[in-house]
Amino acid sequence: MDLAFVLQQLIFGVTLGCLYSLIAIGYTMVYGVIRLINFAHGDLLMVAAYIGFFGIVIFHLPWPVVFGISILLTGVLGILIDRGAYKPLRNSPRISALITAIGVSFLLENLGIVIIGGRPKSFPRPALFEGDLRFDQLILPYLSLWILGITAVLLILVLLVIHRTQVGMAMRALSRDFETVRLMGVDVDRVISFTFVLGSSLAAVGGIFWCMKYPAVEPFMGVIPGLKAFVAAVLGGIGSVSGAALGGLLLGLAEVLIVAIQPEWSGYRDAVAFTILIAVLLTRPTGIMGEELPK
Amino acid sequence: MNETLLRTEELTVVFGGLVALSGLDLEIRRGEIVGLIGPNGAGKTTAFNAITGVIQPSSGKVLLGEDDITARPAPKIAAKGIARTFQQIRLYDDLTVIENVMVAGHSSVRYTVFEAVMGLGRFTSDEKRISDYAEYLLDLMGLSDVIAAKASALPYGRQRKLEIARALALHPTVLLLDEPVAGMNPKETKGFADLLRRLHSELNLTIGLIDHDMGFVMNVCDKIKVIDHGIPIAWGTSEEIRADQKVIAAYLGTAA
Amino acid sequence: MRVVQAVTGSYRAHVTRDRILTAAAVGLLLAFLWYADRTFSAYSIRILNTVAIFSIVAVTYNLINGVTGQFSLGPNAFIAVGSYTSALLTLSPQEKVGSFIIDPLIWPLSVISVSFPVSLIAAGVAAGLVAFLMSVPVFRTRGDYLAIVTLGFGEVMQVITNNAVSVTNGPLGLKGLYPYTTLWWSWGLCIFTVICTVRLVNSSYGRAMKAVREDETAAEAMGIDAFWTKTLAFTFSAFFAGVGGGLLAHLITTISPSLFTFFLTFNLLIIIVVGGLGSTTGALIGAILFAWGGEALRVVEEPFTLFGRDFPGVPGMRMVIFSAILILMMIFARSGIMSRREFSWQAAIDLGSALLARIRRTG
Repeated sequence: MDLAFVLQQLIFGVTLGCLYSLIAIGYTMVYGVIRLINFAHGDLLMVAAYIGFFGIVIFHLPWPVVFGISILLTGVLGILIDRGAYKPLRNSPRISALITAIGVSFLLENLGIVIIGGRPKSFPRPALFEGDLRFDQLILPYLSLWILGITAVLLILVLLVIHRTQVGMAMRALSRDFETVRLMGVDVDRVISFTFVLGSSLAAVGGIFWCMKYPAVEPFMGVIPGLKAFVAAVLGGIGSVSGAALGGLLLGLAEVLIVAIQPEWSGYRDAVAFTILIAVLLTRPTGIMGEELPK
Repeated sequence: MNETLLRTEELTVVFGGLVALSGLDLEIRRGEIVGLIGPNGAGKTTAFNAITGVIQPSSGKVLLGEDDITARPAPKIAAKGIARTFQQIRLYDDLTVIENVMVAGHSSVRYTVFEAVMGLGRFTSDEKRISDYAEYLLDLMGLSDVIAAKASALPYGRQRKLEIARALALHPTVLLLDEPVAGMNPKETKGFADLLRRLHSELNLTIGLIDHDMGFVMNVCDKIKVIDHGIPIAWGTSEEIRADQKVIAAYLGTAA
Repeated sequence: MRVVQAVTGSYRAHVTRDRILTAAAVGLLLAFLWYADRTFSAYSIRILNTVAIFSIVAVTYNLINGVTGQFSLGPNAFIAVGSYTSALLTLSPQEKVGSFIIDPLIWPLSVISVSFPVSLIAAGVAAGLVAFLMSVPVFRTRGDYLAIVTLGFGEVMQVITNNAVSVTNGPLGLKGLYPYTTLWWSWGLCIFTVICTVRLVNSSYGRAMKAVREDETAAEAMGIDAFWTKTLAFTFSAFFAGVGGGLLAHLITTISPSLFTFFLTFNLLIIIVVGGLGSTTGALIGAILFAWGGEALRVVEEPFTLFGRDFPGVPGMRMVIFSAILILMMIFARSGIMSRREFSWQAAIDLGSALLARIRRTG
């Protein structure tokens, strides 16, 4: 195993990790504010991908426009899901909300089948994201650079929002002590909606880039990435945005490197994430950067 | 025959940087009713929690008879014979009154799962024993008329009594009551004091209790321990405590 | 004892009357099955078998989720373990050689072949054992996290069944199983499961489970070992999920990993939630509604004619409707049909008398 091979795997791992991070951030923000594991979050990825697909392939719009519309619509969908399905259960036992989230997830997936059909469609990759840099044997795809760059930018943006804006402060306050913040006259619903928009938009970006990396679009494409992104959020410390980013990166690297070192384990690739999840929840449930787990 | 049933030695509980309880030596002899009092936040419930295994003490010992039960898990301590009620009522809301009491009989069950499922062996006799005793206790507590009602449907005062009936179903050596008359008016409190005395003599109970109602505590307790900010400051009969300067100062504040 | 008449009549009031009524009901059911076995189409018999199998799994899934309040999302893993165990044990060595074309099946499974009932017991034991071993890590978590951890185990089982080719034959699955599952097996075991579960719930162990659900701290202070209580429910539930899996394998005669995905868990979830989380009766009702509703809704997925107009079938519409039902139920009728109530002959008699009285008054 030479340096070039390791570096190559690192590139793949970081790229995959960034995608997980983008999705994980949304998960962790929503959980931090309303203590809900939004099962449907991964499916937002799928929605964004389909919007992208339709925009480019059916309506032949220029891709920057399509990307923008996709992110916007996915953000709106996030709010609609919260208002429609989660808000009525704000004061119910958490398990009820979890069950509802599972229901929403399945609803989205099967609506995908009903409206678009179960057969995978091929996502067109705009020319800008094609091609790669070559150093000796090392292949550095432009797409990876894009993904890394956009993820970094968005991460910084989100951190700025959380730590430097009013709404961000409200989000952090809500994640500490929901009831008190509510009693202090903060418009909790607006803050929650904002959280959903932010998280869903990031998931949309993650979804579009996911499709550019893995160009098949089908209704269940968001399930496993979504679950893995949740694992990443737990790994990094649920409730912490930087933790989610870190967790995503680590998870992506772990997945790629484990398979690279032991190719015969490639079939068990998906199990890596869940094994990490179980290990984390048993040994350090608060995750790498997290705070106390709520009971 | 006045052996010490429950004893703590230098029981200390530290949360993070806060010393919730510091060096508590409590002694409850057979048949006594001992009160644990102190201003709010003094560490009384913490003491009960540490004794019953709900939280782990940071240092010190808890002894039941000759048994060292320090830091044992709560179910084991309950099985050894310490039963308690909670400051905030913790009943099984969705279960009926009688089911609440019968659950406490679980640790005395002698039939296996197999016998339960097949309906064989000691299943029938044990079920009868547990439900009979539950009915008896509920009758003692005056709850026979609501035996099939949901625990959550009971008014506050009766819920408190149900909690005690449940604790009694453990056949405890020592019964610890955490604020049993909280929220009761003077008439209810007097009624409860009478009930407690009846239970005490009829069931030969040994009781430790926490409460803020001074009249009630002075009335029923043989001995009283006073703690303030986690530190024990007095120990004696109700007359002695009533006259103790340190106790008065603790309750009224140093501005007195 | 007169006070006890008011108690939910599970163990004392009118015991003999209830026993006779239950025996009569079971007798009626068996008579119906005998009739169905002779006269119903293969399709309908298949539905009846499915109802029974789903009932077995749902009733015990309700035990861990609803009665003990430990929300597990991994029953698909236990059904898979049971299915594969049972299938691998009933296939003959020659059949196994024929199926396992990529990697031969490991010893001793390659040479063992047992009867169907033994394979079902083995299926249950295997699944129960997996659950028992999982208990220690799983019950260190609570609430949402318990759900996710069990979901994770379910996914890991998926990956394992797809990849452990020398044990499960991977994605190819196992074919050619002998259709041992008849109405007698599925419903017989269903009745057995229901009886066992009801008895367990009505025993002190069941009360302990409910106590753990209601207030774990208080339960522990009253002498209940929460961990063992949860483990009991978990293992019991897994055992019967395994048995259900074995029955399933020998009903549809072909199994593969894609049968045991989270989708299966989702279906079970709908069943127990719609029926009423915490109610064994509810789980049964849910299973019946689900199987019947599923078939009835199949209509929507094939082209059909309504009022003289042709509608194209919409595949996937069934699940859209089920998902919508689940969401609406959680928002408007969280307790489901039965809530936590159970069927009792007394309640049925009371209901019947009330209805009769009303009819007489208005008639």
